[in-house]
Amino acid sequence: MDTIVLWLTNLIPQMSEPVARLVVHLVYAGVLSFVAPVVVVVAFTYMERKVIARIQDRVGPNRAGPLGVLQGLADAVKMLTKEDITPQNADRPVYNLAPGIAVIGVILIYAVLPFAPGVVGADLNVGVLYIVAVGGIGTMAVLMAGWSSDNKYSMLSAFRVVAQMISYEIPVIIALLMVVLVAGSMQMGEIIAAQDVPFLFTLPLAFFIFFVATIAEIGRSPFDLLEAESEIVAGFHVEYSGMKFAFFFIGEYMHLFVGAGLVTTLFLGGWRGPLLGNVVSDASLFGMLLGFVYFLIKTVFVIFLMIWVRGTLPRFRIDHLLDFGWKFLVPVGLFGLMAVALILKLPFLSSSGLQWVGLLVANVAVIVISLALVSMAARRSRSVALRGVAGADR
Amino acid sequence: MPVYQIVHVIVFLILTVMTLGGALGVVVSRNLFHSALFLVLSFAGVVGYYVLLDAGFLAVVQLLIYIGAIAILILFAVMLTRGLMDKRQSQTNQQWLIAGLAALLTFIVLAVVLWQVDWPVASEQVLASPSMAIGAKGSQLGQDLLGTYVIPFEVASVLLFVALIGAVILARETES
Amino acid sequence: MVLSEFTFVGILVIVASLLPIAGLGFASLVRPKKPNPVKQSTYECGIEAIGDAWVQFRAQYYIYALVFVIFDIEAVFLLPWAVAYNQLPLYALLEAVLFILILVLALAYVWRKGALRWS
Repeated sequence: MDTIVLWLTNLIPQMSEPVARLVVHLVYAGVLSFVAPVVVVVAFTYMERKVIARIQDRVGPNRAGPLGVLQGLADAVKMLTKEDITPQNADRPVYNLAPGIAVIGVILIYAVLPFAPGVVGADLNVGVLYIVAVGGIGTMAVLMAGWSSDNKYSMLSAFRVVAQMISYEIPVIIALLMVVLVAGSMQMGEIIAAQDVPFLFTLPLAFFIFFVATIAEIGRSPFDLLEAESEIVAGFHVEYSGMKFAFFFIGEYMHLFVGAGLVTTLFLGGWRGPLLGNVVSDASLFGMLLGFVYFLIKTVFVIFLMIWVRGTLPRFRIDHLLDFGWKFLVPVGLFGLMAVALILKLPFLSSSGLQWVGLLVANVAVIVISLALVSMAARRSRSVALRGVAGADR
Repeated sequence: MPVYQIVHVIVFLILTVMTLGGALGVVVSRNLFHSALFLVLSFAGVVGYYVLLDAGFLAVVQLLIYIGAIAILILFAVMLTRGLMDKRQSQTNQQWLIAGLAALLTFIVLAVVLWQVDWPVASEQVLASPSMAIGAKGSQLGQDLLGTYVIPFEVASVLLFVALIGAVILARETES
Repeated sequence: MVLSEFTFVGILVIVASLLPIAGLGFASLVRPKKPNPVKQSTYECGIEAIGDAWVQFRAQYYIYALVFVIFDIEAVFLLPWAVAYNQLPLYALLEAVLFILILVLALAYVWRKGALRWS
């Protein structure tokens, strides 16, 4: 944020440096808390509904405004004006706190996301771990919501959601460990700086695990058993209406954006791109704008991937979901971690600058071996369906 | 600048209210679920303390492990206990006088110990050295952990293994 | 006192908590308020709610949470190793592999004993 602080002190010379810093922080916090939710929700609910619609061979929202662009606004007005129906026996303080805590938990993740060179709220030394830790706050909010609603289905759903979320937190940490191993730091800025070759190419296994586990953490399809309309009614937020429900909804879409932003930062090189750093200086305001544009393009692409996954795959059953997390992602992740650690210590690779090739080969090898093992296990399994998938009955 | 001092003190006071108030809430609250939530508040206060002490890594680990994992475990345990959901428990039992005296005695002993002992305080020099700044030179912690303290490191993994075996035994018992 | 890098996080917590307050406050001015007992009863697919809002809490949830705590702590131990890895000598690899293998073994044990089964 130093460039911005400098610009501000040049603009208003009476302001001392710490005060300018405080002002910049306050404004940035305000933007993240008030502007970002509106923009993110409006833009990405629209994008999601249009893309899903096209995947399903229909048009999507096209009534509210030209091409349906005001749909988000219409939804917002609707949520604001719906009556807030609180169940009679609900535990009031907890019931009212839960949506707020869910939203605060998600907004806190934005603090470490580098949107552009020099534009990051707090480039924490423990940035990567901070992200996972703050995700745990969302889990707490779900439990609070489910329990305080005084509704059986709500509680059941809350337990399942929490089980799902904690089952996929470990694969997230393992994928992050692989990234930290190669980058040598937990700081987001340094991870971006270490991506001369984006980690998508050096650590595809980590990318896959992180991508899938993030979708599971957000609770999107195909992992959305718990809020699926046809399943357990509306899940843990069934007793919430109006603005309180809106906050859960806002939390989900903001989590989507920040999850995609993290994938971009950790695996696609963040705000890096052609011309930035050499032709355009990254300390200049134009450089920041350019970096932000690169970041947005990559993040929107990742969101598109997530929407694509949602529109294509059928929902997972809860036991499949949990098994996939614990029995596939965690062991494969751990073996991948050991493989990456091994490659990093091979002397002939690091000196020749071909380390990234070695990492790529190791990752692909782990993926291939694990898929082969799963296929073999499926063949020997007594489940007819599983054998059919593995092609054992031909 | 004195402004930083004032802010530091205010933040410390707020955190103290959070931590101690949360701890008090755990004991005083009539609703078991609320007690668990007050415990989470207390944990959150401790996160703030670590931040004030410049131990960023510990703060985040506290958030991740205590609030993100152990608090969930405790909440699940609270939800497992059937009849205690919203029954208003009587806050005292018949031995409250003796228990109160024992608590008072413990408090006096602890207070005296905390007051009288000459706790070694790290000097500025030590605090500024790289091994103390877990945040600034993150690799120093790793080097120590894998170097000087490698035996506790490996023993920790064995300890976790044993804990996992315990979990399995628990699973066996609930099934039978 | 050193100006902590977490200062912004503190500011963000405070500002972010204003969002639910502002949103709910504004909404409470704008929305209708017509409570009646039917609306306020808990939702159970259109029929009257039967029995207490308590479900058979399966112990399996607790097992998953327990396994999660163990692996969470393991991951936290591995983080300083990962950060310092490039500066560490070769035997650090072996130490960490030993650490991870013990825990892979633990996972395999738990898996075989059926503690990770949903049913």
